[in-house]
Amino acid sequence: MEAPQIGRSVHRKEGRAKVTGQALYVDDVAPAGLLHGVTVRSPTARGIIKGIHFHPTVDWDEFTIVTAADIPGVNRVKLILDDQPYLASDVVNHPEEPVLLIAHRDRARAEDARRRVTIDIEPLPAVFTIDDALARREIIWGEDNTFKRYRVNKGDVDAALAAAEIVVEGEYETGAQEQLYIEPNGMLAIADRAHGVTVWGSMQCPYYIHTALAALFGIPAQRIRVVQMETGGGFGGKEEYPSIIAGHTALLAWKSGRPVKMIYGRVEDMASTTKRHPSRTRHRTAVDRDGRLRAMDIDFIIDGGAYCTLSPVVLSRGTIHAAGPYSCPNVRVTGRAVATSAPPHGAFRGFGAPQSIFALERHMDRVAAAAGLSPEEFRRRNFISSGETLAVGQTIREPVNMPALLDRALALSHYREKRERFARENARGGKSRKGIGLASFMHGAGFTGSGEVHLRSLITVEVSREGAVRVLAASTEIGQGTNTIFSQIAADALGIDCDDIEVARPDTLDVPNSGPTVASRTCMVVGKLVETAARGIRHTLVDSGYLSVLYDREHFRAACERYVDAFGALRATSQYQPPSGVTWDDEQYVGDAYGTYAWAVYVAEVTVDLTTWETRVDDFVAVQEVGKVINPTLATGQIEGGVAQGIGWALYEDVVWREGRMANAQMTNYIMPTSMDLPSIRVYFEEVPYPNGPAGAKGIGELPMDGAAPAIFNAVADATGAHPTHLPLTPERLMSAMETIGA
Amino acid sequence: MPDRRSVRLTCTLNGRRLSLDAHPMARLLDVLRQQAGLTGTKEGCGEGECGACSVLLNGRLANSCLTPFAHADRATIVTIEGIASGDDLHAVQEAFLECGGAQCGICTPGIVLAAVDLLERTPHPTEHDVRAALAGNLCRCTGYMRIFDSVLEACRRLSASRA
Ligand code: FES
Ligand code: FES
Repeated sequence: MEAPQIGRSVHRKEGRAKVTGQALYVDDVAPAGLLHGVTVRSPTARGIIKGIHFHPTVDWDEFTIVTAADIPGVNRVKLILDDQPYLASDVVNHPEEPVLLIAHRDRARAEDARRRVTIDIEPLPAVFTIDDALARREIIWGEDNTFKRYRVNKGDVDAALAAAEIVVEGEYETGAQEQLYIEPNGMLAIADRAHGVTVWGSMQCPYYIHTALAALFGIPAQRIRVVQMETGGGFGGKEEYPSIIAGHTALLAWKSGRPVKMIYGRVEDMASTTKRHPSRTRHRTAVDRDGRLRAMDIDFIIDGGAYCTLSPVVLSRGTIHAAGPYSCPNVRVTGRAVATSAPPHGAFRGFGAPQSIFALERHMDRVAAAAGLSPEEFRRRNFISSGETLAVGQTIREPVNMPALLDRALALSHYREKRERFARENARGGKSRKGIGLASFMHGAGFTGSGEVHLRSLITVEVSREGAVRVLAASTEIGQGTNTIFSQIAADALGIDCDDIEVARPDTLDVPNSGPTVASRTCMVVGKLVETAARGIRHTLVDSGYLSVLYDREHFRAACERYVDAFGALRATSQYQPPSGVTWDDEQYVGDAYGTYAWAVYVAEVTVDLTTWETRVDDFVAVQEVGKVINPTLATGQIEGGVAQGIGWALYEDVVWREGRMANAQMTNYIMPTSMDLPSIRVYFEEVPYPNGPAGAKGIGELPMDGAAPAIFNAVADATGAHPTHLPLTPERLMSAMETIGA
Repeated sequence: MPDRRSVRLTCTLNGRRLSLDAHPMARLLDVLRQQAGLTGTKEGCGEGECGACSVLLNGRLANSCLTPFAHADRATIVTIEGIASGDDLHAVQEAFLECGGAQCGICTPGIVLAAVDLLERTPHPTEHDVRAALAGNLCRCTGYMRIFDSVLEACRRLSASRA
């Protein structure tokens, strides 16, 4: 038997290909006869298309041109409400909406041609803010500009607020955030009536694209093939939008009869594709003189942009996380996703939770102060523990020990000593101020509510006569380590070495639908299926008498050979089954919102420059309980990367909007953290095995996005006495927050 | 694609002398990827911000998206494909595997080159030196911490092999 692989920092499976430059991303392949596709987009936020003019100096016969009229099937992207067209035909609803596609064998010519098409639009009034959407002076979507509403209700919030001794109100806003994966979106397609449609590209969710293309072309699903290429980051940004790019590329290929590749430039990618939903959250919180939460009344609104796309599910996660890891008898959360005339906002790591958690955790510091308690003591008095019930009606069954996480985070960050010292030093004056702040939070792993039940994910493990093991799943490797952790999980379940496991490239021709690579579900949910199937194979070999209970690699190989010779193929498929006792009511929106949660306490230390109002994070401590850690190096990298994105969101990453269009769609003026901007990010795990995860693991990917921003804001408040509420905290915003307190 | 305005230039690419044809103002990035077939050099922004297109040009780190092909004339160019010796990885590449310096891998070729460049000029860098040397290479996945570890580990490996 091989030594256990889980818990070891096994090298990344595809690491060698990545460090040598051999890994192939979609732009690295160029089949013979290739055409390059480009997209002509709406210059206007909202209006009626009156005409399309092709500049007469161009010989348009050389180009393949696709409009909505060329679509063989349904001109709607299949997702939730299917309200978004692939190509606008009569109206446009946001800037950069695709209207027309052009392909040419010379990429520069295609680019040039794009600029020689003019779309005439008669403008209609547009809506650019959450307030204007709510005011309904202009109805741009449905009956009331609202994609979705949720309400969570526990106890009697109104009575508790009326009876309360202390009520604290607050309003918090977060801006959009660009995913900024370093590899821009791209697809390659070959398509014709005889062979169907094949696309290769950068993506998180092959089967989302598969389903979308079948409807777009109106052909049977068996004639669609989707293959993931090496993918240079996703973070949610390659969850739903790639269905559109795949559709566009395939339409051009279908019409031209040639292979077509479409690679977005950085500006196009930033301006046209999804971003994190902007949000506004209002809190009214009642607390008693002992610092115990009595009521939480939360109004959470996200800006979904012009089409519904994923907003309902983003809203759902944000709504459920809005009341945090606290025990409170009376909670009401009203969640709304509204329409504006911006490109649709979409999936981004955390999926609504970072927005509502930011508001809550900043607000909790305010409530603590009103109750006369320190932030940490106030939280300690209100943490949820096992056996207690979240607002959504989920009783926490697993052990949860938030006070222990808090103690560890405080000790590792020298929180108390620093808080006192900074207060003394700040009182002496000077050109800068230092502060330290914390956030405590949780993140649900897997799809929300009954999502996993509906997905019914499938994976297969197959073993060759030579004992070579392949894991077949549609779960994509996008940098987070899918290939490696699946290998570790399968290796331990089979008692062999990781090197003897191959994780197949996601290709819908080969792999079953293990669901999308989102929602911190790949390790916990799909990994569990890998474990189950691999164990099934081991049991089959043992039960057949070919494998003894103790064996080595050679025995394993010999057993596979004898089994295959006797019975034929050796494979096992496993399908998701909800853990027993987990229930969710879609209608009432109550129940076990997630199979389990990861829990965390983060601490940020900052310096604020009183001349420039710049904030710098000097130290960051991230303590979390994520179940068993499968691969410490990969897991640490996930947390560090998520914290870095959280720091960027909190301080630097400011999407500037002009009439619904991103005005700073370049890396030059949309600023993400560089190696010079980040503190050392210190990561610590508590490992409490979760019985329903592979080897006890939970989800991890999104969690670190939640805690950095509120911890930083709380640290800035500690440093300056200001009450910053609007993210990102640019120097201008901090300056105005200081002005409101008269500093 | 060579056209009427293209010129033929000779350079040393990953240790091999060769001639390439392209427009003198073509981006070196495109010439490397399309003419020389070296797709390890990546494009992340095309405007000199991300460093995914980094190559070593006459021993200096350069953004190939901003470098005209004309600058390749009689130049020595090293891309990510020229860093390992056959099957033997460079110490920097080994350290990236060991320490988790690569996640999605799209920034990795550029960052490996930046690290090789740093360690050639500063064999014993401090963490601050590492941060400064990588400031022109954006990574969205890692938060840079595993990358710093990788570079410092590579430095230890190189010192050990020199000793
Ligand atoms: S592609 Fe050259 S710096 Fe980004
Ligand atoms: S590893 Fe993905 S951008 Fe650096």
